[in-house]
Amino acid sequence: MGHLIELKNVYKIYQMGDETVHALDGIDLTVDQGEFVAIVGSSGSGKSTAMNIIGCLDVPTSGSYHLGGIDVSTMEDDQQAEIRNKMLGFIFQQYNLIPKLTVQENVELPLLYAGISAEERHERAIQSLQRVGLADKRKNLPSQLSGGQQQRVSIARALAGKPSVILADEPTGALDSRTGREVLRFLQQLNREGDTVVLITHDNSIAVKAKRIVRLQDGRIIYDGAADDPQAVVQPQEDEAGEEARA
Amino acid sequence: MNFTQSFKLAIKSLMLSKMRALLTMLGIIIGVAAVIIITSLGNGMQNYMNAQFEQLGSNLVQVMIYGLGEDSTRSVDADDMYALVEKYPQYLSGVSPYVTASAKVRQGTEDFERTSVYGVSEDFYRDETGKTMQGAGLEEGRFLRYVDVARHQNVCVVGSFLAEYAFQGDPLGQTISISGVPYTVVGVLEESGDNTEGSGDDVVYIPYANAQRLGGGYGDTYMMTATDRDTSTAAKGIVENRLMDVYQTSDAYMVMTSAEMMDAMDSMLDTLMMILILIAAISLLVGGIGIMNIMLVSVTERTREIGIRKSLGAKCRDIRSQFIIEAGTTSAIGGAIGIVLGIIMANVLTNVIALVLGTGNDGFVAVPTVGGIGVAFGVSVAVGILFGYLPANKAAKLNPIDALRYD
Repeated sequence: MGHLIELKNVYKIYQMGDETVHALDGIDLTVDQGEFVAIVGSSGSGKSTAMNIIGCLDVPTSGSYHLGGIDVSTMEDDQQAEIRNKMLGFIFQQYNLIPKLTVQENVELPLLYAGISAEERHERAIQSLQRVGLADKRKNLPSQLSGGQQQRVSIARALAGKPSVILADEPTGALDSRTGREVLRFLQQLNREGDTVVLITHDNSIAVKAKRIVRLQDGRIIYDGAADDPQAVVQPQEDEAGEEARA
Repeated sequence: MNFTQSFKLAIKSLMLSKMRALLTMLGIIIGVAAVIIITSLGNGMQNYMNAQFEQLGSNLVQVMIYGLGEDSTRSVDADDMYALVEKYPQYLSGVSPYVTASAKVRQGTEDFERTSVYGVSEDFYRDETGKTMQGAGLEEGRFLRYVDVARHQNVCVVGSFLAEYAFQGDPLGQTISISGVPYTVVGVLEESGDNTEGSGDDVVYIPYANAQRLGGGYGDTYMMTATDRDTSTAAKGIVENRLMDVYQTSDAYMVMTSAEMMDAMDSMLDTLMMILILIAAISLLVGGIGIMNIMLVSVTERTREIGIRKSLGAKCRDIRSQFIIEAGTTSAIGGAIGIVLGIIMANVLTNVIALVLGTGNDGFVAVPTVGGIGVAFGVSVAVGILFGYLPANKAAKLNPIDALRYD
């Protein structure tokens, strides 16, 4: 049994006008079953690109990416869709629930695309909602719930498909700090129960809730290690300069 | 994502914005309603005309003989036609000359200059339909009989116009002057037209030999009856053969069966209807473009939703079929509304036409045809799917990363 996630020498190069942008500049990363990894970096560091590639929403320009032992780096759109459906659960900053569907229908969506029978869909959706403590709200529309509740629904949706990896992209970004902490505690709990969680964030205080931190800068990994190592939260020089320039 | 799910979702999003849905469907509604109205009217027209022909009898054979002019000695007369009927009883059941006489009709001191005088035989009135070969029934009295015709009796049957205006409604047994000769009225026909001067109700029927003596008219016309509708074509052939034998050219005569006339009329109406339906179909096309337009807007509005669905594992064909089913559902609902509207309008038009023509309920009825409804509905769904394809394809091809970031 190899690694769950295995990126080898991954490059992602965009052509923006005359400029060539190396969004990912040779990344090697492995994540094993049961890990809780935070990918940290400021904007422009390449963390969104990394998340798109890990999430099978995009393919690398060069290099290889194996997810669960399968080479997904050269897949067509529809093959990627199937991998996303079977192996990945997304949690987004903006919750990304479909407003005109009820909570339960939203949670059932990935199961619907997996071609699972209506009966099993209902059952698994309710189980999943029970796990996030929102089974009683299943007939409500997303707009009738608070931000924290909506994010929990989106976690339930991510769990419903029984994915190998839960991919959380700035999951606390749209929440106040208290609800944000709640969501993080929930992700930690999921990890304790055996789920593999990959968290993408720009915020060190959130990243330290993970067990392992991978810091990206200019498309390269500049730190990869335990979250409780003081080195993990050291802001690189260039980054601070950049922040000053922005301010 | 299966069909029922997409269908439910489509209904849901239509219900969420009813006004917009209605406006989207409007083109389809109008197009389908127009097709239904046109087919209903055409069908009603066909039924009405067929009924009119049926009244005359579908086994009529009309023979017109122009002859070959003064110099020719070849001719066919009434006796020859009677001989044909006697010779082929399995095909021909009766014949009546139909002589247009030029005669002055006078009753008391009043002249009826526009009254038509026709010479016919007793066969002109048909016992099996209870009507003359022109479709008029008998109001009172009797029609001309064999003895009247054989003995050239001075008796006549008058139309309802003369009965009312020349005899103040009591014509039986009274006399009317036809070119100076008094004729006794033995029968009155029912009103068959609008009962005005010079119309089909302003007529006098006299024995044909009497009419021939009065002279006038060009050529000879005979009304014959075949034994039934199916033998009328054979009967026509028999008459034509006989006339060909005499005249040696088909220019000298013309033989028409009512079945043929009915068919000719039907095919004319069919052609007319096809043209009108094609025109109505243009509005279906416009309706389809309307749907495409709104679907394109909808795809843009729902870019984020498409991104979410794709991130959860929706394949291109899932997204495409969702939008195509939505377009198809929209146009199908529009089509259904159009059908209901069209049927209602056809009913309203039936009443309006009955009112204008004054024919009452047994006249013209615009009946929607099952075929017309089926085709209109089928075409509207097809238009939706066809014009839904482009927007649906656009949605299916969206890049999930861009779609997820879209605000």
